[in-house]
Amino acid sequence: MTLSTASNFAKPDDAFRLVVEAHRGLSDETSAVLDAALVLVLANHIGDIDVLREAIAVAKRALTDPAAPAAGAA
Amino acid sequence: MSSGAVVQFGYSRHPDQECPSAAPAHHAVVVVGAGPVGLSLAIDLAQRGQPVVLLDDADRIGEGSRAICFSKRSLEYWDRLGVGARMVDKGVVWNIGRIYHGADQLYQFDLLPEDGHKMPAFINLQQYYAEAYLVDRVAELPGISLRWRNKVTALEQRNDQVVLMVETPEGPYRLAAAYVIACDGARSNLRQMVGADFDGQVFEDQFLIADVKMTAEFPTERWFWFDPPFHAGRSALLHRQPDDIWRIDLQLSPDADPAVERRPENVRPRIARMLGHDDFDFEWISLYKFQCRRMKRFVHGRVVFAGDAAHQVSPFGARGANSGLEDAENLSWKLVRVLDGSSPASLLQSYDIERSFAADENIRESTRSTDFMAPSSPAEARLRQAALALGRDTAFAKRMINGGRLSVPSVYPSPLSTPDGDAWSGGVVPGASLVDAPLATRDGAATYLSDAFAAAGKRFTLLQFANGAAIEPPADVAVIRIGESEPLADRAGLLAKRYDAAPGAAYLLRPDGYVAARFKHPTRAAIDAALARAVGEVWS
Ligand SMILES: Cc1cc2nc3c(=O)[nH]c(=O)nc-3n(C[C@H](O)[C@H](O)[C@H](O)COP(=O)(O)OP(=O)(O)OC[C@H]3O[C@@H](n4cnc5c(N)ncnc54)[C@H](O)[C@@H]3O)c2cc1C
Repeated sequence: MTLSTASNFAKPDDAFRLVVEAHRGLSDETSAVLDAALVLVLANHIGDIDVLREAIAVAKRALTDPAAPAAGAA
Repeated sequence: MSSGAVVQFGYSRHPDQECPSAAPAHHAVVVVGAGPVGLSLAIDLAQRGQPVVLLDDADRIGEGSRAICFSKRSLEYWDRLGVGARMVDKGVVWNIGRIYHGADQLYQFDLLPEDGHKMPAFINLQQYYAEAYLVDRVAELPGISLRWRNKVTALEQRNDQVVLMVETPEGPYRLAAAYVIACDGARSNLRQMVGADFDGQVFEDQFLIADVKMTAEFPTERWFWFDPPFHAGRSALLHRQPDDIWRIDLQLSPDADPAVERRPENVRPRIARMLGHDDFDFEWISLYKFQCRRMKRFVHGRVVFAGDAAHQVSPFGARGANSGLEDAENLSWKLVRVLDGSSPASLLQSYDIERSFAADENIRESTRSTDFMAPSSPAEARLRQAALALGRDTAFAKRMINGGRLSVPSVYPSPLSTPDGDAWSGGVVPGASLVDAPLATRDGAATYLSDAFAAAGKRFTLLQFANGAAIEPPADVAVIRIGESEPLADRAGLLAKRYDAAPGAAYLLRPDGYVAARFKHPTRAAIDAALARAVGEVWS
C-alpha cells in the first residue's frame, strides 16, 4: 500500500470542517493533545508503517510551505 | 542498611607471576572481568575444552543493587553451563506484567503464554547470587584460572598476541594471550586502552532504585505505573526478588539532588506511600542516570569486547546482563574454533556483525522505553499522554504504552545463515535461537529439546524429523532424531508445530543453539554447504 494523496472524501469540506470543529473552544494546549490523540487513532487505523512514514513526510512539507514562513521558522 | 550477600574471595599468588617480564606466561585466552558475562564466558570456554585465565580487579561480590531480571534465553544458556537449575530454584519465576496509569490497571501481559518450555520467561534473582553460583561452577571445572585482585592496567597488541600488564597486591606482572576478551564492564579500562569510543545517549531523568525487605502479599508479577497516586507525574516499578526483597524503581526529576534523594529518611516516606505501610527495611538505595551507548566495533584486533564493556543500556527491558550473556554464548564457540584452527580468524567478524545487530536492537528498545517514561519535549509528552488516555479503552493504544519491552534474543541477519530455499510457514528462521519444546524419551520420560541439545554436546547439531533412512551427518555434527521409533518422540506434536516440520525436515543448529539452516528435504550436500557457511569457511 502507498499513501493516497488523491481526494478520498466525497465531500472534502465536511471532513475538513469536522476536524476544525473538534478544536473549537479548546485552548492551544488542549488542541495539541487532541491532535496527538487523533494522530495515534488514525495511524493505527492505517496500520501500515510505510504509509505512516510517507504521511509524515508529506505532512512535514506543510512546515516548509514558502507561503507560511512563520511555520517554517517556528 | 545491609548490602546483600557479600562473598569475599582471597587473592593468591599464581606461578605466572614468577615469569620474567621479558618472557611472560602465554595463554590462549585471557578474559578480563568476572562479572556475569566474563564468568559465563569462562565456563563456556572451559566446558568446550578451552583453558582460560579469568582476571578480576575486585575480590568480592555482593555490593550494589544491579540486575534482577534474567531472561529465558539466559536461563537456557546457564542451563547448558550447569547452573540453570540452581538459578531457577533460588530465583522467583514470573511471566506476568501489569501496567498501571494512575490508580488503574491499563493492561497486563504474559511473556510465556504457552506450555512446554523447560525455562520460564523470566526469573528475578539478585545479580550477586547469579555471580556467586557462577563462581561456584568455575571452581568445579578444570581449566579456569580465576585470579582475584588482578587488575589489567595496560595492554599492548602485537601481530600474534596481546600482552597485558596486571597489577596485584604483590606488584605487577605481565601476561601474554592469543586473545583477550574484555568483559570489564561499562567503565571498561580495556576499551580506553584500545582507544575506542563509547557513544550514545544519556537520559536526563534520574532513577532511584531501592531494594527493600518486607513480607508482602503482592503477587510475583512486574508492576509498572505511569503517574501513580503515590508518585505523581513520574513512573514507578515494583518487582519481587528472593528472600522477601522487593525492587522499587522511582523516576525522579533531572534536577533532583542525588545526595539528598538517597538519604533513607527521604526515601522512606515515598516508599511508604507506595506500599501503604512503613513496615520495611532498606537493603540498598542508589540513584542512577541511565545511558544507552555502544562501541562502534566489538572486535579490535585480538581484543574482543563483550557485555557492558561493549554496550550499555538503561535497565528497562532487562537487556544489560541478558544481552551480555548472549554475547558470551555467541563468542565462545567461535573463539574455540578459531583457536583450534577449524575456522578462519574471520569467523570472529560474525560475532561483531551478529552482536552489533543485537546491541542496536537492545539500545533501540531500551531507549524507546526510557524516552516514553521521560518524554523530552512537550510534543512527546502530549503523544504519551494521548496514548495513556486512549489506553484505557482501546486495544491499540495499550500496546503503544511502553513500560519496558523485556529482553528476547535477536534474530540475526547473519553471514553464517543459509537463507531458506523451501517455503516455510513459521517455524524457527535461520539466525533465530532454539525454541524449546517438550519431548519424550523411549521409556516415556519427559524431557525437552533444550536438554537434548545439551546432551548432544552443544555443538553443531542436526535436528531431524525422522522419515525413513537417516542422513549421515558430516563429521563432528551431532544428531537429534525425532520420531516414534527414535530415541526421542514428539508426543505432544509441539516440536513439529513450533518448527513447522513435517517428517523428513531437518534443522542445522549452531553450537550456541541458533539455527544455521533448515531444509524440508535435506540432502547431505545441502547440509555440507550450510555447515561450511556456518563455520565461516564460505563468507556470504
Ligand atoms: C539498577 C540496575 C538494574 C539492572 N537490572 C538488570 C536486569 O534486571 N537484567 C539485566 O539483564 N541487566 C540489568 N542491569 C545491567 C547489568 O547489571 C549489567 O548489564 C551487567 O552487570 C553487565 O555484566 P558484565 O559482566 O558485562 O559487567 P560487570 O558486571 O560490570 O563486571 C565487570 C567486572 O570487571 C571487573 N573489572 C573492571 N575493570 C577491570 C580491570 N581493569 N581488570 C580486571 N577486572 C576489571 C569488575 O570488577 C567487574 O567484576 C541492571 C543494571 C543496573 C545498574
